[in-house]
Amino acid sequence: MNKHSRLHLPKAPARPGEAPDFSYVQLSPAGAVARPDINARARDIGTLAVNLVRVLDDTGEAVGPWNPHLDASELQVGLRHMMLTRLFDDRMQRMQRAGRISFYIRSLGEEAVSVAQCMALRPGDMLFPSYRNQGLQIARGIQLVDLMCQLLSNTRDMCKGRQLPVMYHSKAGNIFSISGNLATQFPQAVGWAMAAAIKGEDHLAASWIGEGSSAEADFHHALLFASVYQAPVILNVVNNQWAISTFQGYAGGEQRSFAARGPGYGMAGIRADGNDFLAVYAVTQWAAERARTGAGPTLIELVTYRAAAHSTSDDPARYRAKDDQEHWPLGDPVLRLKQHLIRLSEWSESRHQAMTAELEALVASSWKEAVTYGTMSEGPRLDADLMFEDVFKEMPQNLVRQRNLMRTEKNRPLKA
Amino acid sequence: MASMNMIQALNSAMDIMLGRDPSVVLMGEDIGYFGGVFRATEGLQRKYGEHRVLDTPIAEGGIVAAAVGMSVNGLRPVAEIQFADYIYPGFDQIASELARIRYRSAGEFSAPVTIRTPCGGGIRGGQTHSQSPEGIFTHVSGIKVVMPSNPYDAKGLLITCIEDDDPVIFFEPKRLYNGPFDGDPNKPAVPWSAHPKGQVDVGYYTVPLAKADIVRPGDAVTIITYGTMVHVAAAAVAAMNLDAEIIDLRSLVPLDVDTMCTSVKKTGRCVVAHEATRFSGFGAEILSIIQEECFWELEAPIQRVAGWDTPYPHAFEWEYFPGCARIAMALNAVMEPA
Repeated sequence: MNKHSRLHLPKAPARPGEAPDFSYVQLSPAGAVARPDINARARDIGTLAVNLVRVLDDTGEAVGPWNPHLDASELQVGLRHMMLTRLFDDRMQRMQRAGRISFYIRSLGEEAVSVAQCMALRPGDMLFPSYRNQGLQIARGIQLVDLMCQLLSNTRDMCKGRQLPVMYHSKAGNIFSISGNLATQFPQAVGWAMAAAIKGEDHLAASWIGEGSSAEADFHHALLFASVYQAPVILNVVNNQWAISTFQGYAGGEQRSFAARGPGYGMAGIRADGNDFLAVYAVTQWAAERARTGAGPTLIELVTYRAAAHSTSDDPARYRAKDDQEHWPLGDPVLRLKQHLIRLSEWSESRHQAMTAELEALVASSWKEAVTYGTMSEGPRLDADLMFEDVFKEMPQNLVRQRNLMRTEKNRPLKA
Repeated sequence: MASMNMIQALNSAMDIMLGRDPSVVLMGEDIGYFGGVFRATEGLQRKYGEHRVLDTPIAEGGIVAAAVGMSVNGLRPVAEIQFADYIYPGFDQIASELARIRYRSAGEFSAPVTIRTPCGGGIRGGQTHSQSPEGIFTHVSGIKVVMPSNPYDAKGLLITCIEDDDPVIFFEPKRLYNGPFDGDPNKPAVPWSAHPKGQVDVGYYTVPLAKADIVRPGDAVTIITYGTMVHVAAAAVAAMNLDAEIIDLRSLVPLDVDTMCTSVKKTGRCVVAHEATRFSGFGAEILSIIQEECFWELEAPIQRVAGWDTPYPHAFEWEYFPGCARIAMALNAVMEPA
C-alpha cells in the first residue's frame, strides 16, 4: 500500500551520515531588500515576508537601506551581551552535565535574536519569551546570579522552586513568566498589547516562539487577534529549522515562509537574517515604530539555526547531519558582529580576548555566589511549605490542611 | 429592590462594575453591539463604549489567552464563553496558564479574569448546548468555580468574582435565566418575579465565596446541591413533605465544608445532587469529604443524584435530566435503608 501512497511527507535536507544541505534556504543579497515607510499598509509590502532582510555582507560591511547606523558603543554592548549569553550557556550546560542542575537549554547560534531585539525595544515594553531567549534576560540587565538561582531551584529562586530550569520571569524587568507549554504566551502578548491600547499607553508587547510552535492554535489566535484589533505587538517566529527532531517542513515551512502568514492575516510580515545583529535590530526597530504609531502589529521571522541540541535531554546526532551548523549559510552571529566591529576599527582580537576573559570571570564569580544559596543536593534548601502558597492569593482551607498533613508525614515513622 | 430575572441581575452586576472600576472590560462573542445571545450584556456597549465591551472573534482559546494578557497588564477582563460546551478550545489557556500565573511566578504576576459561561440543559440544546463541565475545572488547582441558583446570588457573586484577584469560572445555569425551574417541563413556567430571590438590590452588594446558603432548614436529611438542582430538590422535598435541609453550595472552589458537615452531623443522612454526569463528578468529591468528616454520624449510605453517564441526548432530555423522581428515589433510599 505504501508503494501507492501519494501523501506528501516533508523531508529533512540531511540526516545523519548525509552531507549538510541548506540549498532550500532562500537568501537575498545583503542590502537588496527595500525598507518601506513604517506606515505602509500590510497589503502593499507582501514581498518583505518572502525576501530576506540582511545588512551585514560576507565581508562584514553594513550595506543597504536597513542599516540602523548604530554607534560603535551600542554595537560593542550588543557584542558583549551576546558573548555573555554564550558563555553563560556554556557554563550552565557543563553544570548540568556535572549534575548540579537538572536541565538546561542553550541558545547557541541564536544570540543575535534576543539581544538585538531587546536592545531595539524600550524598557517599558513587555516581553513574552520562550525558553530559548536568555539573551532577553541578559540584555534587560537581569543579574546572572538571579538566573542561576532559578536554575538551581535554591533559596533565592525567583520561582520558589516551582518551575523547571530556564522558566524565568521578572516583573521589574517587564519580562513575563515563561510557561513551558508551547506558544501559549503568543496570544497573551496580544492581550497585553490590547490592554495597552485600551489604556492609551504607548508601550508595546513582543513575544517569541520557535517555528515548530507556530503549528499550535495559539499562534493563529495571536495573529488573528493582533490583526483584528491592530494591537501594538511584535510577534517573532524564531525559525531555527528544528523543533527537537522535527524539521521545519512539518510546521509548514516547506511551502511558504513563516513570515508570509502575517500578510495572510492582514498584518505586516518580515523575514530577516536572524544571525545578522544589524538586520535583527533594524526590523525590530521598524516594527516597534509601526506598533507605537498605531500602524499595527508585525510578524517577524528570524531565520537562524539551532547550533546546539534542543536541550540537555536531546542528542541531535541521532536525527541530523553531523556538523550541520558549520555549513549554515548565515554564519555565526557573534563572529559576524565581531568582524563588522573590527572592520570599523572599533574592535580587535586582543580586545575580544580580554572581553572573553572578563565575562568568563563574571560567570564564574556569579556561579560561586549562586551556589552559596543552595543547590539541588547541597546547602540551604527552600522550605517545602512554599509549595502551598500562591495557588490563590489567600490560602483556602483545604490547602492549609494539606500543608499541615505534609508537615506531619515528614517526621512520621513507618509503623502501625 | 427590584424584580429581576437572572439575566437582568447579571447585567446589573456588570453594569455596576463597569461603572465603578475603569479596569473592568467585557469581552466575548456577540456580546457587544448585539448584547449577547442570552442578552446578558444588553445595552452595556452603548453605555460604556466599544473599548470597554469588546466583540471578539469566534476563538475561545484566543479569548481566554487575550484575557490573560490583558489582566497581566492591569485590566479586569470579564470574558463570556457563549456556551460552557464551547469552553474546551480554551482549556489549555485556562488550566495551564490562567490558573498558574500566580503560582509559577511566585506571586509576581496574577491574572484576575472572570469567565462567565452558561451551562446545563433542559432547553432542547442537545449534547453541545447542555453540558455542565464544572467538575472538570474544580480539578484544576488555581481557579475558583462558582455557580449561582438565583438572581440575587448571581449578581452578588458575580461582583465578588470580578473583584477577586484570582481567576474564576462563573457557571450560569441557563435554564434558570428566566425562572426557578423545578424539573417539571410540563408545568407552566414560573417567573423570578414570583420568587423571593428574584428581588434584587439595584445597587452594589456582594455575596461571599466559600459560604454555602441553607435554602431550607430541616432535621431529617441533608441535600447538598447547586445550580438548577437547588430548585428541583426543593420541589421533591415539598412533594414528599420531608423535613430536609437543602444546602446551595454556590461556590465549589473554594468550598464551604463546615456548613455541609455541620448539617450532615445534625441529620445523619445525606443526598448529593447535580445535573452533571455522575462518574468522577463533583458529587464524588462531596461524598468523599462527608465520608471522611461525618462517617460516625451517618445513619445510612450517602446517595448521589446526577445526570446519566452519557452525552446529553436531544430527544430524551427529560429521561436524562435528574428530576424530582430521581431525587425522590435517593431520598427514599437514604431515609429507609434496606
